[in-house]
Amino acid sequence: MPRLRTLEILVGAFMTAGFLALFFLAMQVSNLSADVGSEGYRLQARFENVGSLKVRAPVTIAGVRVGRVEAIDFDPRRFEALVTLRMDPRYRQIPEDTIASIFTAGLLGEQYIALAPGGSEANLGDGGLLEHTQSALVLEQMIGQFLFKKAEEG
Amino acid sequence: MVESLARLGHLGLHALARIGRGHLLLLGILGGLPSLAARPRLLLAQVYNVGVLSVLIIAVSGLFVGMVLSLQGHYVLSQFGAAESLGVMVAASLVRELGPVVTALLVAGRAGSALTAEIGLMKATEQLSGLEMMAVDPVKRILTPRFFGGLVSMPLLAALFSAVGVIGGWFVGVGLLGVDEGAFWSQMQNKIDFREDIVNGVIKSLVFGWVVTWIALFEGHDAIPTSEGVSRATTRTVVHSALAVLGLDFVLTALMFGD
Repeated sequence: MPRLRTLEILVGAFMTAGFLALFFLAMQVSNLSADVGSEGYRLQARFENVGSLKVRAPVTIAGVRVGRVEAIDFDPRRFEALVTLRMDPRYRQIPEDTIASIFTAGLLGEQYIALAPGGSEANLGDGGLLEHTQSALVLEQMIGQFLFKKAEEG
Repeated sequence: MVESLARLGHLGLHALARIGRGHLLLLGILGGLPSLAARPRLLLAQVYNVGVLSVLIIAVSGLFVGMVLSLQGHYVLSQFGAAESLGVMVAASLVRELGPVVTALLVAGRAGSALTAEIGLMKATEQLSGLEMMAVDPVKRILTPRFFGGLVSMPLLAALFSAVGVIGGWFVGVGLLGVDEGAFWSQMQNKIDFREDIVNGVIKSLVFGWVVTWIALFEGHDAIPTSEGVSRATTRTVVHSALAVLGLDFVLTALMFGD
């Protein structure tokens, strides 16, 4: 066993390396650095069908992530899904007539919300409601419609 | 008939007595925490024994496990045109499973067996009784620092393993197989959750650290004080630790991720 001084230095280096590894995992590997967290403001949107949208799914404008889905609730009076978005506080200027659509990343990818900004002068504030929404495309429904149309034609 | 019944009963009682002694020993070890807090120097040497001396094997194993994961993952994922998800696959398997489990198995083999042999020999050469003669509680003086040394070292070693593994996976995936670097990291950051994945991995390795050092210390303390007894106890430490880690891993995984 080395002398006490060397021992202290080695143990200190070990502990530092361990915590640095944890820090690396937290910042570089996990979503901690990308987390909007409890900062930022909220927007809400109603969808007829959210498909398989998940909490924490990204919210993008022009493909850039500007927030995350914070909560997905069911509104029992209107029979619609009420989705709460937590937006990055850096992006405050979201026009009132912005359209929120649920898209799928790739063929098998995860679903996310894409915002297409409108032309309105007025911006949405904290807790604002996105009026115009487009539901998730459900594959079975699309195939059903396609077959139905084919049958009508032929 | 009666004879085999009696043998079964003897085995059962023997096992129960061992479990009971193990828990009493654990209580004694935890009871030594105040006296350890008064002399933190003792912990230092044990963190060195369990932690620092294991760094090399942990880092090298982590590097190669990450590299192999990347190679094999790329083979399967590229068939689905999803090679960009390689980072997610490597990081999730390392942080959730392989980091804590393989680290615990390696520590059981490298440090757990050493702990058992050390304590067993102390018992065989009557050093523990000698301490008791001098009115020093050998559990508090010898076992408690070793237990907490293992408990502190395990999560740090597991984090080191995972971090080095991710870098190894990055090296093979991005460097050799040509996966897009941006997709590798960004998909990983999108899918790996700090609370869900990394904190759960740390909790796992804390549990494994607790169990592995506990088994190692108990086997050493409970060893028959002969050379044969110590050698058997050392074997039992490795076997029982590995079984306990793998069994507990299933239970913990089911509790954490099984919904």
